[in-house]
Amino acid sequence: MAGKTLYDKLWDLHVVSQRDDGSALIYIDRHIVHEVTSPQAFEGLRLAKRKPWRVDSVVATPDHNVPTTSAERANGIAGIADPTSKIQVQTLDDNCDELGILEFKINDQRQGIVHVVGPESGACLPGMTIVCGDSHTSTNGALGALSIGIGTSEVEHVLATQCLVAKKMKNMLIRVDGELGLGVTPKDVVLAIIGTIGTAGGTGYAIEFGGDVFKAMTMEGRLTVCNMAIEAGARAGMVAVDATTLKYVKDKTFAPKDEAWDMAVAQWNQLHSDNDAMFDEVVAIDGALIEPQVSWGTSPEMVVPVTGKVPNPVNEVDEVKKTGIERALEYMGLKADQAISDIHIDRVFIGSCTNSRIEDMRAAAAVVQGRQKAASVKEAIVVPGSGLVKQQAEAEGLDKIFVAAGFEWREPGCSMCLAMNADRLNDGEHCASTSNRNFEGRQGYGGRTHLVSPAMAAAAGIAGHFIDVRTMGEVQ
Amino acid sequence: MRAFTQHTGLVGPMDRANVDTDLIIPKQFLKSIKRSGFGPNAFDELRYLDEGSPEKPNEGRPINTEFPLNLERYQGASVLLTRKNFGCGSSREHAPWALDEYGFRAIIAPSFADIFFNNCFKNGLLPIVLPEDTVEQLFAEMYAQEGYRLTVDLAQQVVVKPNGETLTFEVDEFRKHCLLNGFDDIGVTLRDADKITAYEQARKQTAPWLFNFGA
Repeated sequence: MAGKTLYDKLWDLHVVSQRDDGSALIYIDRHIVHEVTSPQAFEGLRLAKRKPWRVDSVVATPDHNVPTTSAERANGIAGIADPTSKIQVQTLDDNCDELGILEFKINDQRQGIVHVVGPESGACLPGMTIVCGDSHTSTNGALGALSIGIGTSEVEHVLATQCLVAKKMKNMLIRVDGELGLGVTPKDVVLAIIGTIGTAGGTGYAIEFGGDVFKAMTMEGRLTVCNMAIEAGARAGMVAVDATTLKYVKDKTFAPKDEAWDMAVAQWNQLHSDNDAMFDEVVAIDGALIEPQVSWGTSPEMVVPVTGKVPNPVNEVDEVKKTGIERALEYMGLKADQAISDIHIDRVFIGSCTNSRIEDMRAAAAVVQGRQKAASVKEAIVVPGSGLVKQQAEAEGLDKIFVAAGFEWREPGCSMCLAMNADRLNDGEHCASTSNRNFEGRQGYGGRTHLVSPAMAAAAGIAGHFIDVRTMGEVQ
Repeated sequence: MRAFTQHTGLVGPMDRANVDTDLIIPKQFLKSIKRSGFGPNAFDELRYLDEGSPEKPNEGRPINTEFPLNLERYQGASVLLTRKNFGCGSSREHAPWALDEYGFRAIIAPSFADIFFNNCFKNGLLPIVLPEDTVEQLFAEMYAQEGYRLTVDLAQQVVVKPNGETLTFEVDEFRKHCLLNGFDDIGVTLRDADKITAYEQARKQTAPWLFNFGA
């Protein structure tokens, strides 16, 4: 019999009951909740007169709607200018208070983007099943966990039953071997992967990221990669537990301590695919060939190296793809065959659950240090992923570096990644963004998003257009 | 949940691949704490020529007359015909809520994004996967014939064309069962409460650190 994949092991550990039709009841260890996808779930529980199955498995924080300017943030919920946003954040507080759910409220130091808060607090741990009403929940798989995004009905289902009804996904291994070049980051790796397999390439699969590049990658880099597994269509992305994982998790607030730690580590050390494990699909990519990436279109698969050009639809044989390219060029206001370095930008956004951790802040700060934002760039905002990231960055003086370069230093939240708060693009504006989706209108009505790494976003902010960060001298 | 058994309705097009949930219902509408009210803003950025917002009445907004679903011939469409990877992106269940409220009962595509696909079943909206060439053929027939209608029979797992030809589709047994009967799946799961408790008791022994969070 073939060995088990990491996903097989995580699945088997959590099966409560296997049904005849192939679906199973899967036990959920941790449920992360935010304000946008939960109110209807709590309301559903109330209407059905149901109680949460296990309140101590839930942790909540508001992130999508919270303002990021210090002025608006200073007065907490009362300070939120948008009345509908205010109600939504207040509703989360009310639901958590009523049910006794642990919540990091708006101005709690531990507040932040759910997928940043989970790992940094130790609320998300290796070996766990983790859900959240948010597709980027795949992030936590970097810890060697099975972590998936769910809809609001499933949020209600997990609150009420501690279980998810699921069918086992297929196994995909994405191997990236070799060594990354200087200036090439985890974001570039995952964008290159999506460019290779497409936004539906991982549909129906749980993806394990393996090979030299992920073994050598920091925990924060792995979180960035797994975050975007959903952009390749996969609900779950994951990386095997190793010394890097254990070092990251140790001493986190909610991580097990003392004897429980030793007991946990003994189990977590099993969380890797067996040597003879069978994958339904294996994709191999040479890490040494990956260059800094820039998305040019309206889907994360529409991505090319910074040294490349915008594609020309005449070269596409597939009719559906061809019209997709034509539509994207029109929406983005770009010409076929235009050099990526000729795309001028209006705004810079450094943040989001993909790239708002301390290493991202450091990478961007290293590029802007001693330089100035281009005059043609209207605004460059840096939004740390949590209060704790913000605190750490300020302790290192990164905030001062950004401000000196003409970048704004903000309060934590999802911000311009999806523009549910006041941070957004205007019609027609191009943005160098470290977020995860370049869909039409995502960052604001008519906004044009280009997905890049923190270093590349910072570099574009300095140059006023996309530029290969590797040509700018000292980079990490 | 509303049951789905059989439905006959006018077919309307969303003729592009990779339609994401931001396109189905833009984020400004997600601030609502209700399950309803999203229908008038389904495909908002394509339907109207200006930017919509929850505070803005839709009456009087400029209509995009080139958007196919706005054409007279597709008014009242209840079967959405679209391309691969429909519903990709965000997990927002507001997307199926919006499509349901718009009037769609079934969506036909060569493939769907996983989370969206799942969310549809929770809301009595049936996503149907058919082969790409079959979908291509349906597009051709729909464009050629005004008033093109399809019948979807969930029990038989067939889509019936106007000429009587049937197209079979696959559907998960448990999901089919819930949808046909309009079952609330929380109720179904809670029938296994003893099993969940037993699992929990065993896990408390082997992995106690999972059970003292926030203590």
